[in-house]
Amino acid sequence: MSDCFKSLRLELGFMTFTEEKLVEVKRLVSAYPDGKQKSALIPVLHLAQQEFGGWLSAETMDYVASLLQLDPIEVYEVATFYSMYNLKPVGRYLFEVCQTGPCMLRGSDDIIKYIGDKLGIKPGETTADGLFSLKTVECLGACGYAPMMQLGKHYREHLTKEKVDAIVDECRKNASSNN
Amino acid sequence: MGVKLLLDKAHIPGIRQYDVYRREGGYAAVEKAFKMSQVDVVEEVKKSGLRGRGGAGFPTGMKWSFLAKPEGVPRYLVCNADESEPGTFKDRYLMEFIPHILIEGLIVSSYALGSNRTYIYIRGEYAWIVDILEQAINEANANGWLGKNILGTGFDCQIYVQRGAGAYICGEETALLESLEGKRGNPRIKPPFPAVKGLWDCPTVVNNVETLAAIVPIINNGGDAYSKIGIGKSTGTKLISACGNINKPGVYEIDMTISVEEFIYSDEYCGGIPNGKKLKACIPGGSSVPILPANLLLKTAKGETRMMTYESLSDGGFATGSMMGSGGFIVLDEDQCVVRNTYTLARFYRHESCGQCSPCREGTGWMEKILHNIEHGKGKMSDIDLLWDIQRKIEGNTICPLGDAAAWPVAAAIRHFRDEFEWHVKNPQESQIRNFGLAHYADERPAVTPV
Ligand SMILES: Cc1cc2nc3c(=O)[nH]c(=O)nc-3n(C[C@H](O)[C@H](O)[C@H](O)COP(=O)(O)O)c2cc1C
Ligand code: SF4
Ligand code: FES
Repeated sequence: MSDCFKSLRLELGFMTFTEEKLVEVKRLVSAYPDGKQKSALIPVLHLAQQEFGGWLSAETMDYVASLLQLDPIEVYEVATFYSMYNLKPVGRYLFEVCQTGPCMLRGSDDIIKYIGDKLGIKPGETTADGLFSLKTVECLGACGYAPMMQLGKHYREHLTKEKVDAIVDECRKNASSNN
Repeated sequence: MGVKLLLDKAHIPGIRQYDVYRREGGYAAVEKAFKMSQVDVVEEVKKSGLRGRGGAGFPTGMKWSFLAKPEGVPRYLVCNADESEPGTFKDRYLMEFIPHILIEGLIVSSYALGSNRTYIYIRGEYAWIVDILEQAINEANANGWLGKNILGTGFDCQIYVQRGAGAYICGEETALLESLEGKRGNPRIKPPFPAVKGLWDCPTVVNNVETLAAIVPIINNGGDAYSKIGIGKSTGTKLISACGNINKPGVYEIDMTISVEEFIYSDEYCGGIPNGKKLKACIPGGSSVPILPANLLLKTAKGETRMMTYESLSDGGFATGSMMGSGGFIVLDEDQCVVRNTYTLARFYRHESCGQCSPCREGTGWMEKILHNIEHGKGKMSDIDLLWDIQRKIEGNTICPLGDAAAWPVAAAIRHFRDEFEWHVKNPQESQIRNFGLAHYADERPAVTPV
């Protein structure tokens, strides 16, 4: 489904998975014994975040609760515990830059500052055009390839200022080509 | 070149795919194990002397023999792939490049323990590795290594991957089980231990990725052969993820017979410190273990060469030693600031505390704040004693060992680098523009007098 369709569905409040994604939910639930479908909550929330605009609104969480036959509170409890769930809207490209010790030893402080200055935002903020968000995160298991960040599903490692420039350009290009 | 058992085939092109892995001798351990009784597989693991590679170093065979086996109740094997301890990225390497060795180890281990449903709990950020593992599982299924009545043995087994969502605490085994049940990752009070009451209240074994992969060479070559590699109770090989100020950061498989000095300086491993700088300090086993100054790292307090073994790294206890831990080897060169490093770690633990126990929840917050002040030139002399006091009040007073893990790095930093903390307090302005330097910590080098 195209992005524009997706946002239309969101605006109209159609907070439901497509048929294809419902099949995926079924597959996730089938990993657990009967009656233990609550175990699928964390993976299903990942799917929901990916499908419904990169964050979890109360409506999204309620929808997931109904899908898995859980009380909404069971979903809120989980969504607020784990750092990968965004509880407010984020930019289309979320730069999650590691700031823990091993990355700090290899210059993550400078990279975080550089990204912030370049985009004109501080960690935790989103650019006015809604394209970029910057978030500092704790060790992502890439300490030997520092400094690094997560962008979507993948890691960007051995970051330099030049690499950051190239990543920002790449995102801008992608955004304008599939708008 | 030391012995390699896990990464020996890592360089073979296409080893990630089933066909190549099988052609190179993969899944032989499953064939062999299926001809043995379950008890005999456990015995081989006991003989090997394998110790858990997740951090605590508990003997794996012994852990397996504690598993309760009540009639009619399912048992579970859970693979801990949460890998969130700063400095640690070895499990990722194994799963990313040789996923089948983990799947093979899981099948053998599931058979030994009688687990028909086995879970890999992987940290949520390793999203692309989930695809790699699922691909490997599908291939194993398609080739008859998983499913019902595997190879006509009557043993059924399926492996599932569950993603976490960002929480270091879910690496702690009971928090992991909570998370696997779809809840917040709050550690459980022990006892009961998972071996009796684990996943969905059933008997459960939780093991680290590397531990389970090591089952493959143990079954292939026999437990005795494995136990002959290494020194003393440090048997077999260990993956070390090396990072920080070294020439060649990365994941290395060592047999536990080499010295720390060789590991840091030889070209086979870290390749020394970049730009001709001196070694200042090192955290040898993941961020939770005590940091050591260079002189105590390379030699024990007794003046013996320090080796990369469980025993030697912990020689001297916490007064003058450290730990093997998870094998996350973090090196600091002469330009690094121990106060800043300790501050980033304290921030990490404050962020990751689950908040159930007040000493951990409040203590980690206080330690972060105080260290922030000292690091930013706003510290007082009494803050150093206050930090010491707080860490002591956390240690041993919490539900899970995260409290200790948060306390130890702060304690060790103050124990060994107190003069650097004091220098920060006495020189609030200067400490903002330059670092304390090497002082007396370096090995074989005259002291640089701090200003
Ligand atoms: C705060 C905390 C975090 C932990 N993180 C991990 C981890 O990421 N991976 C891991 O294998 N073990 C981790 N452990 C250790 C596990 O609780 C458990 O001991 C281990 O998975 C057992 O496997 P092993 O016997 O094969 O080492 C952690 C422990 C604590 C207290
Ligand atoms: S020690 Fe910390 S992380 Fe562990 S249970 Fe207590 S509050 Fe949670
Ligand atoms: S410290 Fe940044 S990835 Fe580990």
